[in-house]
Amino acid sequence: MPDDARVTAAIIELARGQSARVLALLARRFGDLDTADDAVQDALLEAVTAWPRDGVPENPGGWLYTVALRKGIDRIRRESSARRRTRASAPELVEGATSPAHEPTDEDHPVHDNGFAGDEYLRLMLLCCHPALDRDSQVALTLRLVGGLTTNEIAAAYVQPVATVAQRIVRAKRKIRDAGIPLSIPVALDDRVAALLTVLYLVFNESYLARGAADVVTRVDLADEAIRLTRQALELLPANAEVEGLLALELFSRARSAARQDAAGELTLLEQQDRSAWDRMLIAEGNRVLASALARLRPGRYQLQAIIAGIHANAPTPEATDWRAIAQAYGQLLAMTGSPVVALNHAVAVAMAEGPDAGLALIDGLAELESYYLFHAARGELLARAGRVPEAVAQLAHALELTSNGAERRHLARRIRALS
Amino acid sequence: MEYMILLHANENLDRPAPGTAEFEAYMGPWFAFNQSLIDGGHWISGGSLQPTSTATTITLDDGSVTDGPYAETKEQLGGWYIITASDLDEALALGKGAPLKGGYVEVRPIAYRANA
Repeated sequence: MPDDARVTAAIIELARGQSARVLALLARRFGDLDTADDAVQDALLEAVTAWPRDGVPENPGGWLYTVALRKGIDRIRRESSARRRTRASAPELVEGATSPAHEPTDEDHPVHDNGFAGDEYLRLMLLCCHPALDRDSQVALTLRLVGGLTTNEIAAAYVQPVATVAQRIVRAKRKIRDAGIPLSIPVALDDRVAALLTVLYLVFNESYLARGAADVVTRVDLADEAIRLTRQALELLPANAEVEGLLALELFSRARSAARQDAAGELTLLEQQDRSAWDRMLIAEGNRVLASALARLRPGRYQLQAIIAGIHANAPTPEATDWRAIAQAYGQLLAMTGSPVVALNHAVAVAMAEGPDAGLALIDGLAELESYYLFHAARGELLARAGRVPEAVAQLAHALELTSNGAERRHLARRIRALS
Repeated sequence: MEYMILLHANENLDRPAPGTAEFEAYMGPWFAFNQSLIDGGHWISGGSLQPTSTATTITLDDGSVTDGPYAETKEQLGGWYIITASDLDEALALGKGAPLKGGYVEVRPIAYRANA
């Protein structure tokens, strides 16, 4: 690798791998997230100019901490001297202005490895997912401050204007400061961890929605980002069965992602996917993580979804899929969530395990899904399997009317032609 | 930090009249809540409003005066507290303790307060 490329890679690794921990330490030290974030950004910029000249330091995390600390102190000094000048000339302007609680000193801090600042880092993760922030802000802030992505990278990953994402992050940081949202480990930790997992799960799912859009190659892969952040969450919450459950779910889904599209970019259904293209290493890791989660006997929705994804991932052929176990897991998930979409999946799994009539009996009770195209698509497939072809065709045609997704429409049209 | 806790509730629900035993029972939890704010060192001020049927709104553009509240909503602002809390999490925990039946509790940081 040429030197420039090696330095660039080292800086990206620093930004994504370590900047969040340094940010977390400094936010606590300065008592102010904004100052800490500016300081870390200043230090990363300095790496861009200094590293090609001086070489990559032996301990990049330690380098970042030291430089960012100095940059932050400089900023606080500049601001407080500006405030002193203002106070002298126009005291009414500084009335009530907050000043930093203390001026930090230049003491050294041990930053040895990738595991430093665990407690502070967890505080930062939970802060980004605080319920006082709306969901989109939680996602953007988590990717930006915890994931170390740039605003441009986040905007590109979500195919959104940079200004929109930048504005969202600025507003969220302003609310954190002005409303006094704390960097703390909350008493109700489980609720806050649940919010963190929701955000990570949304980031992971988005990777599938965004996939297929233009310039996939140059964009940050949100699935990989979500897995990286979930791994870090698990390091900080090592005994949490649901964090393990989410990681296992992500690993099983990621293992299949290469087989999800055919050469022409069309969606490939699970049963038609080339199972030899699934990533065995990821599936094996998913199995290990899920086994560890289940041994904790603390069931939860991510573990149940991981169980289902794991059964699919471990089945050598579609026929070998243990649909009874999948139906059972969906049944538990339904009891836990009450979601009609889960009820639909449960009905399909029961149909696969016990025959189309058993599935149809369950599906017919789901009137609230009348406007959901997958409800009609699933019911149509079950009718076809039960040999009720004219009804099946009508049902699939209804599904076709309800979706505008190109790949889904082509798939439904093919099914209708095949049955007619 | 200082926060205002705004209590929004449906004011058309029947409330017991002052002087009755039911009123004492109704007010008991509020006195206890107030006392807990005082004991915890959070209390700055607090109070309740007459119902919106007594409200009058001035439109500053033309100085016109009309009967009723600024906004007609199912829940109406009926009372407030100003408290001091170390951060939003503490303020939210305190706000959650308000013995309001249904409705909403809005928590907002104070930007500036005269005589603070």
